[in-house]
Amino acid sequence: MTPASLVAQGATVLAADPSQLLPAREQMAFTLGFHIILVPFGVAFTFLMLIANYRGIRRGDDVAMLLARRWSQVAGVLFAVGAVSGTVLSFELGLLWPGLMGTYGAAFGIPFAIEGLFFFVEAIFVAIYLYGWKRMAPWPHFWTGVPVVLAGIGGTSSVVAANGWMNQPDGFTVRDGRVVDVDPWGVIFNDAFWYEALHMLLAAYMVAGFVVAGVYAVGLLRGRSDRYHRLGMAIPLTVAAIVTPLQIFVGDVAAREVARNEPAKFAALEMVTETGTHVPLLLGGAMVDGEPRYVIEIPSGASLLVGYSPDTRIAGLSEIPADVRPPDHLVTTVHLAFDVMVGIGFALLGLALWFAVLWWRRRTVPENRWFLRAVAVSGALTVVALEAGWIVTEVGRQPWTVVGYLLTREAVTTTGNVWLFFTATLVLYSAVGAGTFYVLRLLRRRWRDGDAADAGVPYGPSRAREPVGRTEPGE
Amino acid sequence: MSTFAAVVLFVGVVAYAVLGGADYGAGFWDLTAGGAERGRESRHLVDQSLAPVWEANHVWLIFCLVMLWTGFPGAFAAIMTTLYVPLGLAALGIVVRGSGFAFRKVFVRTEQQRVVGAAFAVSSVMTPFFLGTVAGGIASGRVPTGGHGDPVTSWLNPTSVLGGVLAVLVCAFTAAVFLTAEARRREEPGLERRFRVRAQGTALVTGAVALAGIAVLRADAPRLFDGLLGRALVLVVVSGLCGLGALVLIRRAAPRLVQGLAVTAVGAVVAGWGVAQYPYLLGTHLSIATAAAPAPTLVALTVVAAAALVLVVPSMALLFVLQQRGRLEG
Repeated sequence: MTPASLVAQGATVLAADPSQLLPAREQMAFTLGFHIILVPFGVAFTFLMLIANYRGIRRGDDVAMLLARRWSQVAGVLFAVGAVSGTVLSFELGLLWPGLMGTYGAAFGIPFAIEGLFFFVEAIFVAIYLYGWKRMAPWPHFWTGVPVVLAGIGGTSSVVAANGWMNQPDGFTVRDGRVVDVDPWGVIFNDAFWYEALHMLLAAYMVAGFVVAGVYAVGLLRGRSDRYHRLGMAIPLTVAAIVTPLQIFVGDVAAREVARNEPAKFAALEMVTETGTHVPLLLGGAMVDGEPRYVIEIPSGASLLVGYSPDTRIAGLSEIPADVRPPDHLVTTVHLAFDVMVGIGFALLGLALWFAVLWWRRRTVPENRWFLRAVAVSGALTVVALEAGWIVTEVGRQPWTVVGYLLTREAVTTTGNVWLFFTATLVLYSAVGAGTFYVLRLLRRRWRDGDAADAGVPYGPSRAREPVGRTEPGE
Repeated sequence: MSTFAAVVLFVGVVAYAVLGGADYGAGFWDLTAGGAERGRESRHLVDQSLAPVWEANHVWLIFCLVMLWTGFPGAFAAIMTTLYVPLGLAALGIVVRGSGFAFRKVFVRTEQQRVVGAAFAVSSVMTPFFLGTVAGGIASGRVPTGGHGDPVTSWLNPTSVLGGVLAVLVCAFTAAVFLTAEARRREEPGLERRFRVRAQGTALVTGAVALAGIAVLRADAPRLFDGLLGRALVLVVVSGLCGLGALVLIRRAAPRLVQGLAVTAVGAVVAGWGVAQYPYLLGTHLSIATAAAPAPTLVALTVVAAAALVLVVPSMALLFVLQQRGRLEG
């Protein structure tokens, strides 16, 4: 694409859209992108923590117990940041998208009302669990963690139900621009609900699993080869390795459902321009002047994947009416995000298999350096895949907010100056993000130094309960 | 049906005002506790009593937002497109507050603690102020039905400023009462005395501002004024008496009774606002019935409210009981 055509394209996009659309979308993308990284730690990391806790009580395993307690401290900090960044999203739904909430709140809001319930339960039991280490008996304390995991699953499913509804809206009647009737079941259990919710939940478990395993893999690589690090890597990595193949399967189902129910999104993510059979699978590349360029082409690949036959017909972008057809740069974004997500998914599947083989042969936690390096990198990769997945579902829906009903440019606010709000948010979130990293590093350093001062640390157990004179496994 | 949804929404507002309010107020006392050395004990108490409960209390805000946008979507959009300045600032304030609080306790170096602690404490005062101005803007009928009201005068007006100041004071009062009780439970007489004096002081100031506020409302929001001194008079009187009772009894009575009086005082006056405004959601131009979502949505919200009663209320009670019995410790 020439610079001139890029400018021309930009100009037409800007001319057609209300002035607040760009900053509002950037702000939503940024704050949601920030929040979504924290979600797996509230939803799935708590599950890892309970596994360690269970093992600690059942087998009298002090190392597992110590891991559980330290993980709960980390979960506490991340849960706090996740809770407040989630609150901002609630405000933003109204501040940035009054056109969505004002008109469709009666339908779209219902899953959020249910999510509110789960969030209540989660916040309450997180607090009991985090602060219950010292004065509660081990088993009752363990059980207070269980509602956190269940509420995490329920809450995530509810929010994803709302997202699924935007992709495949159902369960409401609109007359004269007003929602006049609602079928709450239809709204919640929309056609996209099951696979989207499952896909997101498994993603949360993958992210938590690989990220936490990666942290301990780095420790092992740096020579801290002790049971604490081995167990710290083995628990999350086992969970992630079990979840990854399931995720590949669910992802495959999801892609096929998208092909069937959201043909426009599918056309964008595979860069299908014209409707037809024998549609090739295109890897990489970009959409330039309405044509895919610089791609690796696998003949009939897309048709085979969608319908197991090269004769499978796939709708192309040209079928979409010109006024709601996504522009080239969005198609490119969605396509590349999809490739990145799928590529990382398969790389992680390879890692999971590698782990299984190593485990099968030796029955010990592998300490092969290349394997540890791969695990260390996998954490960052899952986060990238998670973000890429959200780009696929969100950008892939554009220009719609509610497919077929509401365009994003109709949903956006027309008042105020979103650029100011966005700038303030950017500055603030950068500080909070940096602060979170700093706090986690501080905790790690303190644990490594075996510093008794962490008795005063929040969101977590005091060290008072640890037997005096025990050596730090973290050293 | 729509009235029931409005009541559920308002129960959420009252719960947030009382529970969230006490948390914000604790931040107020954190801010005014003095230098690092002098304020150490106070801040420690604030930390200890706030840490296990603030997230759960904070969920009430989400509950209110969700109830509003689902049950009364048009009104939600109208409020958001009018009062976006204080609401945006409140949202950012919530982020600063929550993360500042979570970070502070991990830090051990005084200067680091000071920075994040100040962030937590300042935003604990700013956020309720902005939310109070939002309440004032809504209560004085400055949010048009179609939204897009005046972005400045909708929240910078006599009723809003009164709402903001009262919100900060009421939070400080509730928090001081709670902290007094907490200090007594921990058998720290010095702290108990300190917060008792502060509770009494804020009770007096809050009472004085509330009385002066009557004149403000009469001039600026006559409908609200009529409602508060008419239909909602009982609640206003109950609130005043309970506040007075807490002020007088804080030295002698059991802490739980004083806490109960303080909670009732705050809850009653917020409920009074709701009663005074009934049957309107916005000014006298948008009634609850007109603003309400279609019936099936309201039914769904009723089911959610019932589930909350069964699931959330006992869980929350468990949390508070464990905390009051000193079973939760950081």
